[in-house]
Amino acid sequence: MATKMMLLVGTRKGVFLATSDEARRDWQIRGPFCDGWPIYHATYDDATGTIYAAAASEWHGTSIWRSSDLGESWTASSEGLAYEDGGRNLTKVSCITVDGDRLLAGAEPAGIFESHDGGETWSLVSRLEDLPGRAEWDEPGNQPPGHLGLPAVFAHDGEYKAIIQGVGLFGSTDGMKTWSPRNKGLRREWPGDHEEIGFCVHKVAVSPDPKRLYQQNHCGMHRSDDGGQTWTEITEGLPCDFGFAAAAHPHDRDSFYVVPLDGGHGRCMPDGKAAVWRTSDAGSSWQRLDRGLPQSDAFIGVLREGMAIDALDEPGLYFGSSTGQLFASADAGETWHEAAGYLPGISSVEVAVLA
Amino acid sequence: MARLRLPPTLPSFYADLPRRLDVDAPTVAAAFAELDARWPGLYDRLCEHGPALRTHIHVYVDGTRGGLDTPIGDASRVDVVAAISGG
Repeated sequence: MATKMMLLVGTRKGVFLATSDEARRDWQIRGPFCDGWPIYHATYDDATGTIYAAAASEWHGTSIWRSSDLGESWTASSEGLAYEDGGRNLTKVSCITVDGDRLLAGAEPAGIFESHDGGETWSLVSRLEDLPGRAEWDEPGNQPPGHLGLPAVFAHDGEYKAIIQGVGLFGSTDGMKTWSPRNKGLRREWPGDHEEIGFCVHKVAVSPDPKRLYQQNHCGMHRSDDGGQTWTEITEGLPCDFGFAAAAHPHDRDSFYVVPLDGGHGRCMPDGKAAVWRTSDAGSSWQRLDRGLPQSDAFIGVLREGMAIDALDEPGLYFGSSTGQLFASADAGETWHEAAGYLPGISSVEVAVLA
Repeated sequence: MARLRLPPTLPSFYADLPRRLDVDAPTVAAAFAELDARWPGLYDRLCEHGPALRTHIHVYVDGTRGGLDTPIGDASRVDVVAAISGG
């Protein structure tokens, strides 16, 4: 059967689905789905063929939408997505991860929920209460801008890893009962009370070698060769050290992609010239990839879940901008084309192969 | 039976939820609980931890701004409004 590709695009006004054949050149866009709710992350479960989308409405709160027929119909649930009485208001779900036969969701304020019934009901797994200084960094007044709480949780290299926005990367080797920092070697440009707490980890990308990880941090690009225990900065050669999105090549442990952004208030691609940057030697050098991307007046940004890569022999690379442009490359970033130009602001892009 | 009006953002969330319906409940909170029994999860769409009305959900009982504890009479009109926010 011919391979069919699907991009799951989470936007400020619902989920959009873009489908193409294996050439990944012409994209058919459907949507908006989820009734136009703001979406923070949408993903696809290969095993069940279900799409999940984490939504947070200013009016109606948090809900996780799901579709088991590729977007034809949708159901939403927030049952169990709450902290205990006396606890904090759960303001949004920032990410959804398929973890075997269960789902994991990262929430703001920082917490992890699970579902064993395909997203119908949820229950709290962890609030990461044992981490150093939690009482201080979990205070509502100390929350960093962006308000994502816990934007990533995933199984990796014999443990679970989770990012807490503005706090750091953490690992759990006992099924998310206890946690410890994975931030040694990271740079920060502000004082901290704890040597391994207070790091702004934007995105962690896992290479095909589980010991090799890459990280886009608020303060530079970093690489780990020991499963995240220690990190080495690899920013040199990039136009700036700031960015959100990142993707690792699915077949080459030394190749990694980032989207450098101005680190001030603008947080756009430098000089209005769009580019993805790639290293093919684990960060020793970087190449600018911009063929087909706009090279003037392109003041666009890409958020932390805004880039994805597929696992075909020649991987496709995709990114969506916070101003609604969706770009695709069928040759691992060498050349690009616009798949959609006028979507709502894009918060997440994921790619699925539909056999 | 009080007459209750819901914001346009809700009926599309629940396929069979009308914009206007009758409820038999002594307070706004009880009315929302009655709705939740018929459309599970609806209470969470209107209220948050506390419980309290969500920040941008406003309720008017007979034209006067109310809260979850506001009494409802047999002939009351209850307007649930999604306040202007976002863009």
